[in-house]
Amino acid sequence: MTDQTSQPVKFYQTGTHTVGNRLLDDAKRTVQSSMDRSNAITSGHRACQGCGEALGARYALDAAMRATEGQLVAVNATGCLEVFTTPYPETSWQLPWLHSLFGNAPAVATGVAAALRVKGRKDVKVVAQGGDGGTTDIGFGCLSGMFERNDDVLYICYDNEAYMNTGVQRSSATPPAARTATTQAIGDAPGNVFGTGKNLPLIAMAHNIPYVATASVADLHDLEAKVTKAMAISGSRYIHIMVPCPLGWGSASDATISVARLAVESGLFPLFEAENGTLTKVNKIRRLVQVEGYLKMQKRFAHLFAKDGKDQDSIDAIQAMANHNIERFGLIDVDTTS
Amino acid sequence: MAAFIEGKHAQAFPSFGSERMGAPVVSFCRIDDKEIRLREPIMAPDALIIQDTTLLHSIDVFQGLKEDGFIVINSARSFVDLGIADYVAKFPPHHVCHIGATELAMKHVNRAVPNAVLLGAFAAISGQLHMDAVAKAIAEKFPGSVGEANIAAAREAFDMAREA
Amino acid sequence: MLIQMEGSEAVAEAVALCRPEVVCAYPITPQTHIVEGVGALVKDGRLENCEFINVESEFAALSVAIGASAAGARTYTATASQGLLFMAEAVYNAAGLGLPIVMTIGNRAIGAPINIWNDHSDSMSMRDAGWIQLYAETNQEALDLHIQAFRLAEELSCPVMVCMDGFILTHAYERLDIPSQQDVDAFLPAFEPVQVLDPDDPYSIGAMVGPEAFTEVRYLANDTQLQALKLIPEIGSVFKEVFGRESGGLIHEYMTGNAETIVVALGSVNGTIKEVIDTMREDGAAIGSVSICSFRPFPLDELQDALKDAKRVVVIEKSLAPGLGGVVASNVRMALRGINLPVYTVIAGLGGRTITMTSLQEVFEAAGEDRLPDLQFLDLDHNAVEHEIVRARRTRRSGPIAENILRQKADGRNP
Repeated sequence: MTDQTSQPVKFYQTGTHTVGNRLLDDAKRTVQSSMDRSNAITSGHRACQGCGEALGARYALDAAMRATEGQLVAVNATGCLEVFTTPYPETSWQLPWLHSLFGNAPAVATGVAAALRVKGRKDVKVVAQGGDGGTTDIGFGCLSGMFERNDDVLYICYDNEAYMNTGVQRSSATPPAARTATTQAIGDAPGNVFGTGKNLPLIAMAHNIPYVATASVADLHDLEAKVTKAMAISGSRYIHIMVPCPLGWGSASDATISVARLAVESGLFPLFEAENGTLTKVNKIRRLVQVEGYLKMQKRFAHLFAKDGKDQDSIDAIQAMANHNIERFGLIDVDTTS
Repeated sequence: MAAFIEGKHAQAFPSFGSERMGAPVVSFCRIDDKEIRLREPIMAPDALIIQDTTLLHSIDVFQGLKEDGFIVINSARSFVDLGIADYVAKFPPHHVCHIGATELAMKHVNRAVPNAVLLGAFAAISGQLHMDAVAKAIAEKFPGSVGEANIAAAREAFDMAREA
Repeated sequence: MLIQMEGSEAVAEAVALCRPEVVCAYPITPQTHIVEGVGALVKDGRLENCEFINVESEFAALSVAIGASAAGARTYTATASQGLLFMAEAVYNAAGLGLPIVMTIGNRAIGAPINIWNDHSDSMSMRDAGWIQLYAETNQEALDLHIQAFRLAEELSCPVMVCMDGFILTHAYERLDIPSQQDVDAFLPAFEPVQVLDPDDPYSIGAMVGPEAFTEVRYLANDTQLQALKLIPEIGSVFKEVFGRESGGLIHEYMTGNAETIVVALGSVNGTIKEVIDTMREDGAAIGSVSICSFRPFPLDELQDALKDAKRVVVIEKSLAPGLGGVVASNVRMALRGINLPVYTVIAGLGGRTITMTSLQEVFEAAGEDRLPDLQFLDLDHNAVEHEIVRARRTRRSGPIAENILRQKADGRNP
């Protein structure tokens, strides 16, 4: 073991960019910096290197475990998270965990919550989780039902923008122009179509549920704070977390955090909170970047930057989406940018 | 239900369909002293209760009715006026009756619900059910003033049918 | 307590007597009255300590039930027809997870063509999902089977479907004996789950199982059904001790002693069949019947014992396996393997087609003379189908079959 005192300690890992630095004040530390953290998803699982979902889920559930003093049940939709955490007889889950089907996690969680309520276990809380396919596509009906009934469940969507578990197919959360196995980068309009989009956090808000938030693995402290806040609220809650997938996005395994950060700082993935259907807080962009830098980090957008010519139209269209978000959510303080 | 109160076995079931309000519907009822196992719809009834005379002109409502069967028709008009005098003449006279059940229901219940009234008339002519059992059944199904009004209507029908 | 009551309402009462803790409701004819009934009992406080959840689909209904059951609650739901198919994935899942959910099926046909009336296509489609399937002959039995179903499900940790004929039973008012709460409490112990989501004892349920263990898990699913073969009659006799009447069991025999022709059927049509048998017996025919109550597990041995001395078997069944014939008949043949006995399949009552005594008697008489084909459709309008077959052969764009047949039928009525 090296003598810590003889090593110069670098303090650059502080502030909002930090990942659980124990040198910060107690209040500013992340759950992961605590020695008695729950490790809800313990190490040894089979996620890929640089998996954003593994990271997001671990921080989210550790925060939820701390908020509930370990009185937590997790329900999981089919997907990467389910598969890589339970190569039975091994399991990463340090809490009671139930996987039923791909499209029914919200309903199963409703059932768990109902059983706990009828059994007088008010202290035990329920988290349901799924990927973007399980949430925005196949589980959408059940999720809307759960919201409408305002069942006492926190639903977390880990959004990596495609069906990664089955080999990177398009979902309704796949961004325009992105190459997937079912939206090949060939033909006149390579990659995914420019549709109208399906913004699930806004759809969740339209149900007027008590709490909706977006979060990113680029800002884990913010993610934990939102989960903690959600766990203190009764009724249906929804957190949509952007989790880059190095495999599906064709980004470097060590670039998961940086690519996630560029998604936030370009305005493509706005971070916000809403209560009872009303927007209550927006995380301002501190250093605005253009979408091009974000897109360039990912092979799924490589065809936009082909050697025989850049697809400026598509890049501009994606930039327009980011600009629209910036305006719509007020992601930049007018004062500081003028 | 009235038959059940008298200790008999009874089986009642609707013609199963997706009818909307106002469509012609059929319901069936069997009454027996022993358990009723048969599940087929009744094609040769012993008794027929017709709730709406407009049906007389649209379908053969009397199809399969036994020769010594019973007929109760919801109408204040005579069999002659209804155009079925020749037909009902084939039945024993005290087996057939027409009664203004909807009017009686309006009088007592203030709603056009002739069902309970017709049951009173049927009890009178068939002798299959006692009026007290009918009253008890109505009271059980519709507790309170609604039931009481229906019972009063059924009793009046029972008396009218017996005298007729 | 004797009471004149609608079948659905009575089942709702029976379910409430079992003190379910979570009930999920989604409307589909002809099952809807049941969950409406349970909902009313919860709302007026007669069924206490129960979460009644109105969901957005049948898929959600059974999914909520899965979550609730895994969290240790006694759980109930009901469905029919398209609803059962819509929840099909969850049907298999509930059985695979070993969750003792009880579900009523108000048996109804499956479209297209859309049809709300009774047959057994729906529950038959799920016969191999791993659930125990019990078929009620009468509303009294439907009521009784629900009480038995919770005990059976919970003892084996296996879900149970109680199947009752839509409309014919669900909508029929009959004299029924509703048991007392005291007796049901004595018969049905509190639910002690074999697995439960508990933060104090956390484990993972529903993990992926690979080729190295999947066969063994499935073997145990079959073994559970074999255990049910023993347990169903046992529970039936305990039920008789407590409630004083026969209900449930694997099969019911009627006049099978010395019978040369034995009719086999599921559900309410057995009542009509018994009436026909009485009539034919009066005329000296050697005929009897077997009503199968437990279709899954399928009572191979019991059925063989009941049928082996007959000269022929006629299976009256309300489901069709297109391209094969009868579903029940195929199973009955399995029970008679090694025994040379003709098994005639009579498809009857599809989509609510009335099964009359007259038609049944004709079929049984023809069977008695071995004049029946292997597969017959009771009261089929041969002219209509022949006409349509010829027409479709002549014209490429012959149009939708269902509508063509309907038009023919209408034309036939008003030529």
